Amino acid sequence: MWDYLVYFVNATVLAAALRMATPLIFTSLGGIFAERSGVINIGLEGMMLIGAFTGMLTSYFTGQPWLGLIGALIAGALMGLVHAVAAVTYKVNQVVSGTAINIFAVGVTVFLLRWIFDVAGTSPSVSRVPVVTIPLVNRIPVIGQIIGTHNIMVYLALVLVVIVHIFLFKTVWGLRLRSVGEHPKAADTVGIDVFLTRYLAVITSGALAGLGGAYLSIAHLSRFGDQMTAGRGFIALAAMIFGKWTPFGALGASLLFGFANAVQMRLQELGIPSQFVQMVPYILTMIALAGFIGRATPPKAIGKPYKKE
Amino acid sequence: MENILELKNITKRFPGVVANDNISLDIKAGEIHALVGENGSGKSTLMNILYGLYNADEGEIYLRGEKTRITEPKQAIDHGIGMVFQHFMLVEPLTVFENVILGSEPQKRGFIDFKGAEREVARLSKEYGLKVETKSRVEDISVGQQQRLEILKALYRKAEILILDEPTAVLTPQETDELFQVMRNLKEQGTTIIFISHKIREVMEISDRVSVLRRGKLVGTKNTSATSRPELAEMMVGREVLLEVEKEKAQPGEKIFSVSDLEVRDQRGTKRVKGVSLEIHSGEILGIAGVEGNGQQEMVEAITGLLRTEKGKIYLDGKELQNLGAMQVKKKRIGYIPEDRHKRGLILDFNVADNMILGFHTEPPFVQRFFIRNEKAIKENAEKLVEEYDVRPPNIQQQVSTFSGGNQQKIIAAREFSRKPRFLICSQPTRGLDIGSIEFIHSQIIDQRDKGAGILLVSAELDEILSLSDRIAVMYEGRIVGEMPIEEADEKKLGSLMLGGEAGEDKGGDEVEAGTK
Ligand SMILES: Nc1ncnc2c1ncn2[C@@H]1O[C@H](COP(=O)(O)OP(=O)(O)OP(=O)(O)O)[C@@H](O)[C@H]1O
Ligand SMILES: [Mg+2]
Repeated sequence: MWDYLVYFVNATVLAAALRMATPLIFTSLGGIFAERSGVINIGLEGMMLIGAFTGMLTSYFTGQPWLGLIGALIAGALMGLVHAVAAVTYKVNQVVSGTAINIFAVGVTVFLLRWIFDVAGTSPSVSRVPVVTIPLVNRIPVIGQIIGTHNIMVYLALVLVVIVHIFLFKTVWGLRLRSVGEHPKAADTVGIDVFLTRYLAVITSGALAGLGGAYLSIAHLSRFGDQMTAGRGFIALAAMIFGKWTPFGALGASLLFGFANAVQMRLQELGIPSQFVQMVPYILTMIALAGFIGRATPPKAIGKPYKKE
Repeated sequence: MENILELKNITKRFPGVVANDNISLDIKAGEIHALVGENGSGKSTLMNILYGLYNADEGEIYLRGEKTRITEPKQAIDHGIGMVFQHFMLVEPLTVFENVILGSEPQKRGFIDFKGAEREVARLSKEYGLKVETKSRVEDISVGQQQRLEILKALYRKAEILILDEPTAVLTPQETDELFQVMRNLKEQGTTIIFISHKIREVMEISDRVSVLRRGKLVGTKNTSATSRPELAEMMVGREVLLEVEKEKAQPGEKIFSVSDLEVRDQRGTKRVKGVSLEIHSGEILGIAGVEGNGQQEMVEAITGLLRTEKGKIYLDGKELQNLGAMQVKKKRIGYIPEDRHKRGLILDFNVADNMILGFHTEPPFVQRFFIRNEKAIKENAEKLVEEYDVRPPNIQQQVSTFSGGNQQKIIAAREFSRKPRFLICSQPTRGLDIGSIEFIHSQIIDQRDKGAGILLVSAELDEILSLSDRIAVMYEGRIVGEMPIEEADEKKLGSLMLGGEAGEDKGGDEVEAGTK
């Protein structure tokens, strides 16, 4: 029994879990921004993919992975803007608009990859943002092994969780954002600009998803591959729901899903098919939505465009 | 006194209606100005324009003598206008205190100054006698508290002109008295108040002047002391109105409906009905009097199959009815006018025609073979009912959410009455309705009685209970604490029973309030 436990839960697996969780953390935080403002963002997957591609591209041409991050952030934000224009201004069905973005993202990245590099499938290798070691922490036994040495984006993700939490629950803008997602008309009657708030929220959402994608192409790996996000945008969405639309909740869910991913290999060794493990996030999300772990109530106005008379 | 506010030639059109037709209205500084008129006469529209939520098609607003453009609520707030909406504008998962400060938060570099804000809210609440639990979530407090919260919101934004759009429609009589006390305080401190209500009694009690709207036009403005209830009623409706209900003595027939020993829990699991037994005969109206929140709603929802019956039996024509589910109950020709028309009675996003068949939509003639809708029958049904019940505007394709409260209620009544119910439950059937519509709904209820239906009437309005019922039962804390024929009932007797027995211990009040939701 103990042996089994150590086989699955050890410092190597947990460190891998954290790495797997990182893109989910970025992207689920992005999801929180959009959905807390009342806009469903099912386009996270596509926004991630565009971010991954742009990050690689920028890093390739400038040789600067940091600029790559900024490029990914901007590209994601632009996709967010597209979604906001469709969903907020033109009141297109938000799921349709998000799905369109996902389809567009696959097409455009495959096309550009061929067109620019004349390769199919994988981009050339590019430079990536560095791995760092936190002094002192890395010397603590076990814990040091788990969190002591990682790509800098892993730490960035963890810091962002705290920042987004403070933003949502301690600042004026966070309060307004939440009110817009719950009852936009009430927010309007106290002078809050519902449209502007939603625009900014959805753009931020895209930017964060873009960073989540860039983690894949210029931090975790150092190249872009066709459809390399492989559903992580949807899993991030699941993490957001499982985490009840809160930053720390999303962090916890991302770590859990990351862990599931990290033990996948070991389970396979035991003859458990990987598809089974891949189901885990979705099953947990359904359990969450069914109310088994307390209520998971989405923001009330979610999915409903706001109409001013 | 000078005019603090002048509306000049305000016109607002919606598709198919002129909601405000060239309205000019003066409001004097420091007065309580009542605004009355039938459902759909344009009161809320006019106030929404003043508050910047709607923009007028034509017309001008003068504030303190200066022409002012108000196109956004923010501008209204900056000009010292505050509004309490007919349907509250509160963010339910947020706390009371967060709702108060929302949009005008005290801050230090973007961070909310929770301490300072809490102090300010407590101060205001004390100064004006507006008691609310600032740390509770809005979804957990009573309607009365939500109302006080809305007023606090306006005062926090330093409102000098306060618009109250039908604030009393959802309040108990005690809460209304408290609200009037707050309004008097505010007036003393110089606040100007615009007060909308359908209850002429309240208008006569609290206002200095009163303006009447009818079908989008201003009929006139009067000094309250120089007018009378019948005169106002006539100005509103355009004809003489019966302020009393006319009816013959009931001719009760056989017993058709009964409940025995009913016990029901609400959705949170609190026992709300604790052993109620009732009997209703055909051709009679049994009125249930009682302060709201004493189990009336849960009793009604158990009968209609919306809540589970925990113990006891419900019989219609000798057959058991408990826990059958709403659809089955409906098939037994039980009509139901629910207390919350937005949550229960209507699908607001559907049009009139579809709402007119709700609950019967699976039955002929509205479906044909293969479950296909019979559009022709649906249309004819709606057209007939719209005409019969005088729904305005008479457009059966229009979305129900855009109708005024009174007309929404008419749509429900039309649907439920048209099916010739054997047993009819009317829960607060005239809440928020104008006197013309009340007269109409009342005469329809009496008409159903005379056609032989048995009727259960639940109402928080004693006037309504006294004028419609043939027999009255009083409900208090989940039990029937008294029953009497109408001849033996009077306001005093019922009032004392409603507060928990002859002894008149007034302990019911607070508990009741905590339960109202
Ligand atoms: N957003 C809207 N779209 C279309 N029509 C509307 C809208 N709002 C109001 N109306 C119409 O304008 C007219 C006036 O409505 P308003 O809500 O101002 O009436 P009211 O006097 O406040 O009635 P009540 O006493 O029932 O609250 C009604 O005919 C109503 O159907
Ligand atoms: Mg109104």
